[in-house]
Amino acid sequence: MSAVIMNPTIPLVQEPPPPLPGSALPASRSYWMVVARQLRQEPIAMISAVVLLLIIAAAVFAPWLAPADPFKASMLRRLLPIGSPGHILGTDELGRDMLTRLMYGGRLSLLMGAVPVIAAFGIGTSIGLLAGYVGGRLNMVIMRMLDVFYAFPSVLLAVAIAGALGPGMSNSLIALTLVFVPQMVRVAESVTTQVRKLDYIEAARMSGASAFSIIRVHVLGNVLGPVFVYATGLLSVSMILGAGLSFLGLGVKPPEPEWGLMLNTLRSAIYREPLIAALPGAMIFITSIGFNLLADGVRSAMDIKR
Amino acid sequence: MLVYLAPGDPLNAVAPADAPAEVVEALRTAYGLDKPLPVQYGMWLVRAVQGDLGKSIASGREVAAEVMGAVSNTLLLAGVAGLAGVVAGCILGALAGYWHGGVIDRIATVLSVVGVSIPHYWLGLVLTIIFSTKLAWFPAMGAGPGGSAAWAWDIAHMRHLVLPALTLSVIPLGIITRTVRALVADMLEQEFVIALRARGLSNRAIFRHVAKNTAPTVLAVAGLQIGYLMGGSILVETVFAWPGTGFLLNTAIFQRDIPLLQGTILVLCMFFVGLNLLVDILQPLIDPRMGRS
Repeated sequence: MSAVIMNPTIPLVQEPPPPLPGSALPASRSYWMVVARQLRQEPIAMISAVVLLLIIAAAVFAPWLAPADPFKASMLRRLLPIGSPGHILGTDELGRDMLTRLMYGGRLSLLMGAVPVIAAFGIGTSIGLLAGYVGGRLNMVIMRMLDVFYAFPSVLLAVAIAGALGPGMSNSLIALTLVFVPQMVRVAESVTTQVRKLDYIEAARMSGASAFSIIRVHVLGNVLGPVFVYATGLLSVSMILGAGLSFLGLGVKPPEPEWGLMLNTLRSAIYREPLIAALPGAMIFITSIGFNLLADGVRSAMDIKR
Repeated sequence: MLVYLAPGDPLNAVAPADAPAEVVEALRTAYGLDKPLPVQYGMWLVRAVQGDLGKSIASGREVAAEVMGAVSNTLLLAGVAGLAGVVAGCILGALAGYWHGGVIDRIATVLSVVGVSIPHYWLGLVLTIIFSTKLAWFPAMGAGPGGSAAWAWDIAHMRHLVLPALTLSVIPLGIITRTVRALVADMLEQEFVIALRARGLSNRAIFRHVAKNTAPTVLAVAGLQIGYLMGGSILVETVFAWPGTGFLLNTAIFQRDIPLLQGTILVLCMFFVGLNLLVDILQPLIDPRMGRS
């Protein structure tokens, strides 16, 4: 990460932030610590972070925290209203405890949000670095190939790929990753192309550094920031799309608890218990708003775009 | 093409599970599924260029007719939703940008975050609960009374359009509001606006200048959003059982109806390419500077 500090003349990429007025920052502070410090001063981002942490904790520790068994159905206790004794958030169409299923559901839904973005982050950054650094014909071939994916909006692409691979959790993870890779490549490629032309890269090359070490030491640090910001913005998109695939029946299969799938199976209950039918979607909504607000906070803390 | 990789035999959708092997083979030959993949694809491509998209395996109907019917339904839905979303977004964004930091600005900011964060299929469900099951103002399913797929411009059909269009319009609303707000706020601080004001131009005249300068960017964003809207309509059409391309695509995927799937994807793909082209052509018309570069 120190590469960013060492090369202060890069356009588009953040310069080492000027010391905040009134707070003399020690020069030794790393860039990411300054970002974290800025982030802590944004109340909305911090509230979002806390809410997200609570949701994540509830999902991770569901086996210990949840009041019931997520798969235990009961014909007698179907669609109990919110606030029923023993079932604070009621029960679903098969008599399973809603609170429990929402907590367990968070596990798969959050995975659907995070895994494709992380995978696409790795793959996309690598391809983008390669295309941007090598340039020329290779760059053109890679970018034109990815343009094909751009002709489609992401929902359509995700549905088409997931439909082609067949329903299932891992297939929808693959589908979402494939949707995000071209976008990440584009961001990484454009920054790399800009950075590559700068004098200090030329200097590094003249001093005999190998292409690999130039990319690793001098280019990567500049590319990671913008791609990271872009990736944080994709988290909510990924989660909504993933839940959407399950909602269509292309993602997680029943009886596995997952917010999108629960939304689908509870659709028949909108006439009897509309509040319960709306609950899983409300979870998706709250989580995705949290991701978006946090991403906005990170973006302005990194000061790439005001 | 991707669909061929998937498990499952498309003929399962037509032939009963206990059909004798000869019948299945005869069907396979009839649909050309016995030939190797590249040959199948080549044959399909040659016919597709001539406008013949083949017959649906599941229903036996002409794919071209089925897709065209669905496309017109989707275009109607997306068009109304897109128009509503873009117009509302422009108005809201312009007001928010003009009174930067005011109450409307706050509302617009909240709305734009909500707009990009909300899972629209859930919004559709919530709207159904409120306006259909509770208030019984609008019907929740289909495109017309009695489940008719044909559209007509009358009150009964339009009532079916309200909820899905409202749901879909949220997709462009958030982003357009955000874009317009940022552009207008930025534009009002530019020197030429200050100069116009100094020359004593009325607010309305200044608005015209600002609108002219923001239009190309808004148009580009809107074009992109119409694309998302068409895509997002897959989920919303499923929620409301709207007989459009999304609904068709979903059915085709689950029935492994390859001709129908290929036809739908081909038509959608052409549509998106056309849309991108249209935006590229329109932009220099609005902003001559772009044509020169």
